[in-house]
Amino acid sequence: MNSQNEMSLTFESRSSGESFARSAVASFITYLDPTVSEINDIKTAVSEAVTNCVVHAYRDTIGKIYLNVKIFDQNMVEIKIRDKGCGMENIKQAMEPLYTTAPEDERSGLGFTLMQSFTDSVKVRSKIGKGTTVILKKRLSPRV
Amino acid sequence: MKYDFKNNVLTVYLSGEIDHHGARKIREETDSLIQQNKPVLLNMDFSDVGFSDSSGIGLIMGRYRLMSLYGGKTKVINIPERLRYVMNLSGLSSLHITDK
Ligand SMILES: Nc1ncnc2c1ncn2[C@@H]1O[C@H](COP(=O)(O)OP(=O)(O)O)[C@@H](O)[C@H]1O
Ligand SMILES: [Mg+2]
Repeated sequence: MNSQNEMSLTFESRSSGESFARSAVASFITYLDPTVSEINDIKTAVSEAVTNCVVHAYRDTIGKIYLNVKIFDQNMVEIKIRDKGCGMENIKQAMEPLYTTAPEDERSGLGFTLMQSFTDSVKVRSKIGKGTTVILKKRLSPRV
Repeated sequence: MKYDFKNNVLTVYLSGEIDHHGARKIREETDSLIQQNKPVLLNMDFSDVGFSDSSGIGLIMGRYRLMSLYGGKTKVINIPERLRYVMNLSGLSSLHITDK
């Protein structure tokens, strides 16, 4: 399926990139006239995925985060967040509510739970030592 | 960060956007206020928070643990709806720290 519109950004895994990334995605989709609640759902999910790159994937180092947003027919928004960081061994376990490998950092283990609660689908691919890709999809309600 | 302390109750007024980047400063300021004042109750007021991701939950749970060490209680006022939803989902609402 061809996308109607697309944007990509590459930025370093500094914590200041968290607000930059969620605002950039929110600005990009503004022309689709999303509701305030849809914008906040998407900002929350993007913030979680990008924070995971900063906190987990590139823990103690700085690497690149690759963000790609595509718009498909019927206001379907697809957001890809990719890193070339440490990867994870067990994706299913990582996605369980309250599971975290960074409790000392006051991570709550609810990042994936938030992504799943506020988008239509969350797909994760990961390979130890290679990195992780998170794909978020959300269909915006039809506008009249 | 705005706060007030009276009758052994510490209230911190959070504002703006809460994420991993901003949470650290809030955590440090709140913890030093807790350690100085040893309140019996900590109120975390989210009324002026426009956005929070799960870092807000980490912030709440961390302060809840610190307050418990001193035998104090924690209450969250006007928690953002997404955080409340996820706290309910994950069973954290059984701690009864949110106002709704
Ligand atoms: N991009 C990533 N690279 C490596 N590990 C990750 C990544 N994203 C998530 N994880 C792992 O999955 C766990 C759960 O993530 P999440 O639900 O966001 O909770 P939290 O970030 O609070 O730990 C993390 O603790 C970490 O071990
Ligand atoms: Mg996370």
